[in-house]
Amino acid sequence: MSEMAATPARARRGRPPALYRVATEAPLARWALIVLALGFLTLFIALPLAVVLTEALRKGLGAAVAAIREPDTVSAIWLTLTVAAIAVPLNLVFGIAASWSIAKFDFPGKSLLITLIDLPFSVSPVVAGLIFVLVFGAESWLGQWLIEHDLKVIFALPGIVLATVFVTFPFVARELIPLMQEQGTADEEAALTLGASGLRAFLTVTLPNIRWALLYGVLLCNARAMGEFGAVAVVSGHIRGLTNTMPLQVEILYNEYAISAAFAVASLLALLALVTLALKSFLEWRHGDKLASRSRH
Amino acid sequence: MAAGALSILPGRRRSAIPGFGLAFGYTLTYLGLIVLIPLAALLMKSSEVGLSGFREVLADERVRHALWVSFGTSFAAALTASVFGLLIAWVLVRYEFPGRRIADAVVDLPFALPTAVAGIALAALYGPNGWIGGFFERRIAFTPLGIYLALVFVALPFAVRTVQPLIEEIDREIEEAAATLGSSRIRTILTVILPPLVPGLLTGFVLAFSRAVGEYGSVIFVAGNLPYVSEIAPLLIVIKLDEFDIAGATAIATVMLAISFAALLLINLIQAASRRRFGHV
Repeated sequence: MSEMAATPARARRGRPPALYRVATEAPLARWALIVLALGFLTLFIALPLAVVLTEALRKGLGAAVAAIREPDTVSAIWLTLTVAAIAVPLNLVFGIAASWSIAKFDFPGKSLLITLIDLPFSVSPVVAGLIFVLVFGAESWLGQWLIEHDLKVIFALPGIVLATVFVTFPFVARELIPLMQEQGTADEEAALTLGASGLRAFLTVTLPNIRWALLYGVLLCNARAMGEFGAVAVVSGHIRGLTNTMPLQVEILYNEYAISAAFAVASLLALLALVTLALKSFLEWRHGDKLASRSRH
Repeated sequence: MAAGALSILPGRRRSAIPGFGLAFGYTLTYLGLIVLIPLAALLMKSSEVGLSGFREVLADERVRHALWVSFGTSFAAALTASVFGLLIAWVLVRYEFPGRRIADAVVDLPFALPTAVAGIALAALYGPNGWIGGFFERRIAFTPLGIYLALVFVALPFAVRTVQPLIEEIDREIEEAAATLGSSRIRTILTVILPPLVPGLLTGFVLAFSRAVGEYGSVIFVAGNLPYVSEIAPLLIVIKLDEFDIAGATAIATVMLAISFAALLLINLIQAASRRRFGHV
């Protein structure tokens, strides 16, 4: 690789290199730092991904496809898609409602509300599962009532959806809130003055303004919804073919020493992660100016 | 809904924009149903367990060991992630090299990769016959060392993404001024560049630590889960639940929730202090 490749970003943009030399590291130190950083990323982040894809194909593509087409795995895939199809729209609607009220209006306690919306991110996934067991499990009065009326929440789809909604709760809202706060209310006020109804102003003015951030939030929300393990593991009860999502199916196959099959299912989830990352990077690159919280997580 | 009642709240500026009552009411209802009431159920349950119940659970040697393993490995992992996170963020912002964009995207992989997938991958990597584990005499997987390595994986993006925007903001002219005034590069880095990054580094550390303490999926496959050796606190919650020991699970969960709240508080304090000191977050 040529020496040019390691020049600081600033110099490339045509700035005379009179001062950057003194305000950057020597070429050797630069390369050493780059090698160290990339080495760490390869060893800790890229290698695990490579392991998933290699192990999945260890017995050939045919075996991997056969493992994925097992009835239990197919029903796990369906369950995961179902859960995401319910949880993501719920949090999408919430994200829009929350950001609309926080960004377009003034009210006391706003920063407390934002903190509370972010709260699920700092709760351990296992604790997230546990709280729904406490509310709906057989030990609570609500749980007793549910049993009497033959309704199942825990160890069934509603519990899995609730746990998933909890862990993915902030994703859409936290992408939209800072962006809509930045954009202010002038555009909507103009539309209303010109005689548009509130709904029309939202659909034709607000929505186009926030669409990329909305997509970005939905993307991250979906990836987490499909991949959630800890919270779902606590509420699912691991009933094969019924309450196993894809990540739980990976666990079961792995614990049964069906290692290749586990990695085959895992590789599907890894592909989902790669597609998510690719789309996310594309959005940041192409529409970065319309994503307010690009570097926040 | 309660639009009429809400519009007379003190401090709310009259706005021409409609929909506050509906949006705000929906936000509060949904937040209450999904987040606040279930979390309140945990607090209520823990008040039922009571102080003596807590003392009993926390007196258990196995529980104490699991908490110790969780805190110790999370602390070490967050520290490692902070050091290398600073290095990676610096390299990504300051240097141009082939593959920089890909490296930048790869940093987010632990966010996007489901934890169970990461878990079995790390187990295969660090296991006795694994790509890395096979090289070493000492066992890596099924020991606290394996837990630590899994937590570094989980914690790294938090560390990188909190300092990266701060490095982007550094004014190059200050560095150039320092150099013109005769400061060596090392001295410039230590006295000019690093100090404004400290709040970001601390925030990243706390975020990484609190995420690592709660992590479950990527750890349990590589930990081996031996009682008194490599059991983590979240796993113990799951075990207690499987044994129908709701009180025990609640007590450990309450301790972990308290840590989450303390971390949140700490981050807010760091950022408030940093705003006073540097005038930005």
